[in-house]
Amino acid sequence: MNRPRIRWHIVVFLAPAVLVYTAVMIFPLFNTLRLALFTEVDQTRVFVGLQNFRTLFFDPIWSEQFWNALGNNFWFFLIHMLVQNPIGIALAALLSHPRLRFAALYRSAIFIPTILSFVIVGFAWKLILSPIWGIAPSMLDAIGLKSLFAPWLGKEEYALTTLALISVWQFVGIPMMLIYAALLTIPEEILEAGEIDGITGASAFWKIKLPLILPSIGIISILTFVGNFNAFDLIYASQGALAGPDFSTDILGTFMYRTFFGFQLQLGDPHMGSAIAGAMFAIILVGVCIYLFGIQTRMRRYQL
Amino acid sequence: MNKARQNPFNVVAMHGALILYTLVALFPVFVILINSFKTRRAIFREPLALPNADSFSLIGYQTVMKQGDFFLYFQNSMIVTVASLFFILLFGAMAAYALSEYQFRGNLLMGLYLALGIMIPIRIGTVAILEMMVATGLVNTLWALILVYTAQGLPLAVFILSEFMRQVSDDLKNAGRIDGLSEYTIFFRLVLPLVRPAMATVAVFNMIPIWNDLWFPLILAPAEETKTLTLGSQVFIGQFVTDWNAVLSALSMAILPVLILYIIFSRQLIRGITSGAVK
Repeated sequence: MNRPRIRWHIVVFLAPAVLVYTAVMIFPLFNTLRLALFTEVDQTRVFVGLQNFRTLFFDPIWSEQFWNALGNNFWFFLIHMLVQNPIGIALAALLSHPRLRFAALYRSAIFIPTILSFVIVGFAWKLILSPIWGIAPSMLDAIGLKSLFAPWLGKEEYALTTLALISVWQFVGIPMMLIYAALLTIPEEILEAGEIDGITGASAFWKIKLPLILPSIGIISILTFVGNFNAFDLIYASQGALAGPDFSTDILGTFMYRTFFGFQLQLGDPHMGSAIAGAMFAIILVGVCIYLFGIQTRMRRYQL
Repeated sequence: MNKARQNPFNVVAMHGALILYTLVALFPVFVILINSFKTRRAIFREPLALPNADSFSLIGYQTVMKQGDFFLYFQNSMIVTVASLFFILLFGAMAAYALSEYQFRGNLLMGLYLALGIMIPIRIGTVAILEMMVATGLVNTLWALILVYTAQGLPLAVFILSEFMRQVSDDLKNAGRIDGLSEYTIFFRLVLPLVRPAMATVAVFNMIPIWNDLWFPLILAPAEETKTLTLGSQVFIGQFVTDWNAVLSALSMAILPVLILYIIFSRQLIRGITSGAVK
């Protein structure tokens, strides 16, 4: 038995997963990046190198849309980081309190929006915020703030922020659950040791628990980043592919969809669509690398 | 545990904050559900009132039943979700077993290759996926969706399942080998039953995103016969945007199956997340 023989069962076990994954995920990913280097002239595919990217970044017609979508996408992400994650952490901190009654009930109820589809969430909020139906204005009226009401989803200056907040409402359950899980792993002895030193309540949270859950906060941040730069459904469901009003809610996902399929005014262009996909891929890759090499390895992990 | 951490004022404040946020989370769902059972007049006159004998109406549901083929959409969503979960679990478990059980050259590399897809969204490759589905004639079939969701779910499934399979005792597998069982029998008869809880976790994780996805149904299978419930309700609501009864009823009908699934599986889902399966 000197010659290594092929153990066929290993091949059989691995083959289906590797084949499907390679054929449907990895190969199309690289093929899309390759297609970004071509264009179509008289119905034949012509290699043009980086020309599509040059058009995307510098041609005034394209670049204006691209930078607009990219900027909107960063704002979308920023709101998630500043609103969704702190609220999620706060809820988790409350829920993980020992001997809190009804904790399971609160947890399940707060997670419900996360399981709903974007279509439901988008339309439900669209109806509630609609000036025709009047739920939002009459509720504001009840607390004397009617003057604050505006058709938020229809105004250029508010629409994107409103959609980001709707998305926050939907996904707050995810950071809540992950942080909750992390908080449960903190041993009781550590908290008791702090208590003996007079650290209780809120200061126990800031000084003991928060440093210990930093790795989980890092994971949540990168999940939020990837999720946001790949978002599409909510904007499409509530504002349509044109991401109105006047492209003010356009993000990379809707921009790619519109470019790839064409919409009303313009014809679909798979090559420019691939170029946008390439840009999205680069952004996500940079984000993931910053997380993996810049944050995760430098973060202090405590042995619990 | 002592009393220092528990003071009645804090307890009230904590419940107050949690109740407030629970109301924020449930309010939109509640408003949609109650108004779907009201007449058009009542929807606008008193949107926050519960339906009563006067305002109760099923006109919205009747329109939905007449116009949209929601049973077909539901069936399509069901087929796609169940088939994708089946393939994710079967192929994922097989690959996870190969990676965790056997020493072979390229084991680590193969593990890394399969893990790549955890962070990189499959949507980036959409242009080429559509081209491939057109070339193979799979466009507008449920198979296109099943293949895509299987590929999308595999990386995380392999990652989570191989962690669990490492914990299955070697003695058990070696006992099987001594009894002359083949490697396949050991996997299917001895190992799989032991990792069932982990498989359930993987299934619940994948179920919600597959059921709710709008992107791939819209691009790969927009035909009437292959519409999923999510795409079907999107199109339906888009057409009936001025018929508030129909829109509210369609939304309620889209909410209900997910809500029922959630009530059945919420324990499993929450246990899966909090057991640290995604660290």
